[in-house]
Amino acid sequence: MTTTSSWTPVCRLADIVPDSGVCALLDGRQIAVFRVRDAAGEHLFALDNRDPFTGAMVLSRGLVGDKSGTLFVASPLLKQRFDLRTGACLDDAAVRVATYGVRLQGERIEIAA
Amino acid sequence: MITQRNLVVVGNGMVGHRFAERLVAAGLHQGWNVTMVGEERRAAYDRVHLSSVFGGTPPEALSLLATPAWYQDHGIALVLGDAVAAIDRGRRVATTASGRELPYDALVLATGSYPFVPPVPGKDGPGCLVYRTLDDLDAIRTAAAGARTGVVIGGGLLGLECANALRQLGLATQVVEFAPRLMAVQVDDAGGAILRQKIAALGVGVHLNKNTTAIVRRADGSIEKLTFADKSELPCDLVVFSAGIRPRDQLARACGLAVGERGGVVVDERCVTADPAILAIGEVACWQGRTYGLVAPGYHMAQVAADTLAGAAEPASITGFDLSTKLKLMGVDVGSFGDAFAATPGAQVVAYSDTAGEVYRKLVLSPDRKRLLGGVLVGDTSSYGALHQAMLNAVTMPASPEALILPATGGKPAGLGVDSLPDGAGICSCHNVSKGAIAKAIADGKLTEVGQIKSCTKAGTGCGSCVPLLKDILKGELKKAGVELSNHLCEHFRHSRQELYHLVRVHGLRTFDALLERHGRGRGCEVCRPAVASILASCWNEHVLEPAHLPLQDSNDRFLANIQRDGTYSVVPRVPGGEITPDQLIVLGQVAKKFGLYCKITGGQRVDLFGARVEQLPLVWDELIAAGFESGHAYGKALRTVKSCVGSSWCRFGVQDSVGLAIRLENRYKGLRSPHKLKSAVSGCARECAEAQGKDFGIIATDKGYNLHVCGNGGMRPQHAVLLAADLTEEQVVRYTDRFLMFYIRTADRLERTATWFNRLEGGIDYLRQVVVEDSLGIAAELEAEMAHIVATYQDEWRTVCEDPARRARFRSFVNSTDPDPSVVMVPERGQVRPASAAERSTLQPVEA
Ligand code: SRM
Ligand SMILES: Cc1cc2nc3c(=O)[nH]c(=O)nc-3n(C[C@H](O)[C@H](O)[C@H](O)COP(=O)(O)OP(=O)(O)OC[C@H]3O[C@@H](n4cnc5c(N)ncnc54)[C@H](O)[C@@H]3O)c2cc1C
Ligand code: SF4
Ligand code: FES
Repeated sequence: MTTTSSWTPVCRLADIVPDSGVCALLDGRQIAVFRVRDAAGEHLFALDNRDPFTGAMVLSRGLVGDKSGTLFVASPLLKQRFDLRTGACLDDAAVRVATYGVRLQGERIEIAA
Repeated sequence: MITQRNLVVVGNGMVGHRFAERLVAAGLHQGWNVTMVGEERRAAYDRVHLSSVFGGTPPEALSLLATPAWYQDHGIALVLGDAVAAIDRGRRVATTASGRELPYDALVLATGSYPFVPPVPGKDGPGCLVYRTLDDLDAIRTAAAGARTGVVIGGGLLGLECANALRQLGLATQVVEFAPRLMAVQVDDAGGAILRQKIAALGVGVHLNKNTTAIVRRADGSIEKLTFADKSELPCDLVVFSAGIRPRDQLARACGLAVGERGGVVVDERCVTADPAILAIGEVACWQGRTYGLVAPGYHMAQVAADTLAGAAEPASITGFDLSTKLKLMGVDVGSFGDAFAATPGAQVVAYSDTAGEVYRKLVLSPDRKRLLGGVLVGDTSSYGALHQAMLNAVTMPASPEALILPATGGKPAGLGVDSLPDGAGICSCHNVSKGAIAKAIADGKLTEVGQIKSCTKAGTGCGSCVPLLKDILKGELKKAGVELSNHLCEHFRHSRQELYHLVRVHGLRTFDALLERHGRGRGCEVCRPAVASILASCWNEHVLEPAHLPLQDSNDRFLANIQRDGTYSVVPRVPGGEITPDQLIVLGQVAKKFGLYCKITGGQRVDLFGARVEQLPLVWDELIAAGFESGHAYGKALRTVKSCVGSSWCRFGVQDSVGLAIRLENRYKGLRSPHKLKSAVSGCARECAEAQGKDFGIIATDKGYNLHVCGNGGMRPQHAVLLAADLTEEQVVRYTDRFLMFYIRTADRLERTATWFNRLEGGIDYLRQVVVEDSLGIAAELEAEMAHIVATYQDEWRTVCEDPARRARFRSFVNSTDPDPSVVMVPERGQVRPASAAERSTLQPVEA
């Protein structure tokens, strides 16, 4: 997790339909931001938008869900699942995508990348 | 202080890597200083699946290392891009090409093989290649970029793999084979003939009995053609040799180790060579006069060598290898096991050959017909696992073994169950896992999915050919344990799709959350979310991108378009019945031009426009809607097309207006969401130009009216439709179709096409006819009313999006920018565009749209 880099506002909470994602562009970098609810409440996650299996910039467009309580996003292309908290691929232990810091400031979502 | 001993491993290929894994498993990497030298630039990768890279798998995905730093983490020094050049056995030092000196106490040769290139004049020079490594693959790709036709010399297993690769690279491809048949080592003449027929049908030329005499080059050195002993010629731009492999035993020869007659470093049953300090494993090893070009024997040797080094109490040893193979070559299934050529004296043969159906199955039996000795399967290998196991475990054959290969009424032969196998039966030969070990893993770990078996036992993670058997074992074990085979949708719902459908209907549930709260748990997943979205749409027909429904939609439904490999989308406007005006055609062309989209006529009588970025989709649709187009639902599990032939309006044979009926049906059922996609067609007479009998529902005109056929399927498992009712009026066609579709939607499983559903339906067509035509369940009125609701609430999904700013706003590449996605790069091809490959993307500039 990045603690030193600065926070950049990317959108409002209302810009994301609950239980789905959007993609933010940050200095040319594509970051998938998700808004997901579970029993504990609502969470925000930020992951690299690149699907490592196909190289396409699509993770923000995947379906979210949980596997035995682990929240994940499934790539819309070949359906591999990635842990939203850690970026680890649940279907292939050798693969992981980068995660970024994300927080809510009032109504605004900010990313540290 | 104990001095550590030095172990040098030469070769970081598949077997070398497996050996390292076995060392670590036995803890030997702690007692030895291990250095591994690999000549290739990359660490060990899965050569068996090399060809998948041509199909789009990134090379990194082939890596065999559990984690990128696996060697480092286990204290093994891995030297890549350097080769051992000499071994001094007296001093016990290996020297590499770059001059490294590596003293050893033990040395393991795992140098594999090299492709054999026959001494044909002209073989040296540009355009002549081989296929063994990732670097070879790059070279082929580069050479193919400037070529139009490619020839593979050698029609064996690897040659055919390679031909497929050339085909995928867009070359006109030919295979030249010296022998009178393809895959001469694995299949017999009859099987080879069917294989050839299938491969030729894919557009790959096959030339047998051809002895290549020269590769003729032009003055500039480029390849012009091949010439053959029979005086014939074959023009081509590129040649790949796949004429067999030879062990890389040069190092061993140079230091005086014994090699086999046909090459390979001679080893004993403990993998030890003539020098006790040197072991050899994998393709380079020669045991009892022969070498082994498959990965499973190599993996076994890796274990044997590790045991030898460890001085294991019960060491594994080489006792012989099973060279059976099962593979899919260019989509053609081929299997060969045991004594495939009936070489055993007195062996009996039963064979079944269907040249039209392109299936060949042969069994070789013991003289008393009690045991299976071997066999060949071409075109359908679904019985391979069971037959292979029956052979290995000497299972007693049934009284008439031909039943095992003759098609039963369902089209597939009667099988041998996995139940007949003993616990010791080796199921996964790649990872040497027995049936007993799998059964134990299932019981101990309470496993319920094949994926879990794979991660617990490694079975199924090699070539993958044992996966169907794993499924059968899992089913059998669960049944034995009294676990009822669950038809639960997933971990979030303890209900089948059919039960959920009823719960939604009966309780009037309108959202996923409402259903989850009452009847499920957790947050849902990629299985239940789309399934429930489909049920909700079939029942209530609300817009699929309502905020409550949007997070349920699978890739394509989420953006009302079909996602492509590069993350762009294709757009397919509806063209009911395939009838389209000149003005509409012009608009399609104009829109494609304006947005730089690739155009293709689909197999469903309409036009597909490819390459639109997310933010372009509403703009494209604005223009299409203005020209009268509606969504074609090519992205949904929904009605796709109702194809039509020209019918009585124009055709001299037509007896009814097939176009008119097709348009009526397409407009009636458009937008209908169902468990899987639905396709239909209407033909104007029995000549059946619209292929209605390959559709979920298909109508064929007769002079008395229409015949309604149902539950046909093209695609992966083609199935002929069955006649539901004959000589119907148009109104009857509509009524029965309403009932039929709604009955299917009520009762099918998720992602179950009508054909598969029908095969499961007890009572078959008679039962279906009773329900749909005779209303035996008394639900016909209900089914019709449900369909009437769908028809009455139809909306064009795309129009709704375009007209609603909130919904339009969801179609953006970036939430904080209106920029187009810079990762989307197109390159020209045949006068249009296509997505750039990863390699092209890094070097090319985008084509301006
Ligand atoms: C475009 C088209 C190929 C073409 O260029 O002709 C096509 C393209 C796709 N087909 Fe198809 N199929 C197309 C006609 C067919 C046909 C022929 C037909 O409909 O007459 C078949 C065989 C008939 C059948 O379905 O029974 C066909 C059998 C399949 C199957 C196998 C279905 C099966 O039950 O075995 C799939 C996979 C699936 O649906 O799960 C599939 C899936 C796909 C998908 C949707 C794969 C995907 O999810 O990305 C392809 C993407 C389309 C896109 O991106 O726009 N497509 N596909 C055809 C579109 C027709 C249309 O206008 O809507
Ligand atoms: C396209 C293709 C498809 C295949 N399909 C199948 C299949 O379906 N089923 C199956 O069972 N098998 C298949 N095989 C064969 C399988 O890949 C081999 O049996 C397996 O890779 C053998 O492993 P190995 O470690 O002995 O040799 P390799 O994997 O070839 O490894 C040897 C390594 O040693 C290196 N090396 C050689 N000499 C030196 C040196 N002096 N110093 C340092 N390094 C050196 C080489 O560069 C190479 O990296 C296929 C092979 C190919 C090419
Ligand atoms: S099915 Fe019959 S009516 Fe239709 S085009 Fe073919 S021949 Fe003509
Ligand atoms: S036999 Fe190859 S993975 Fe099991």
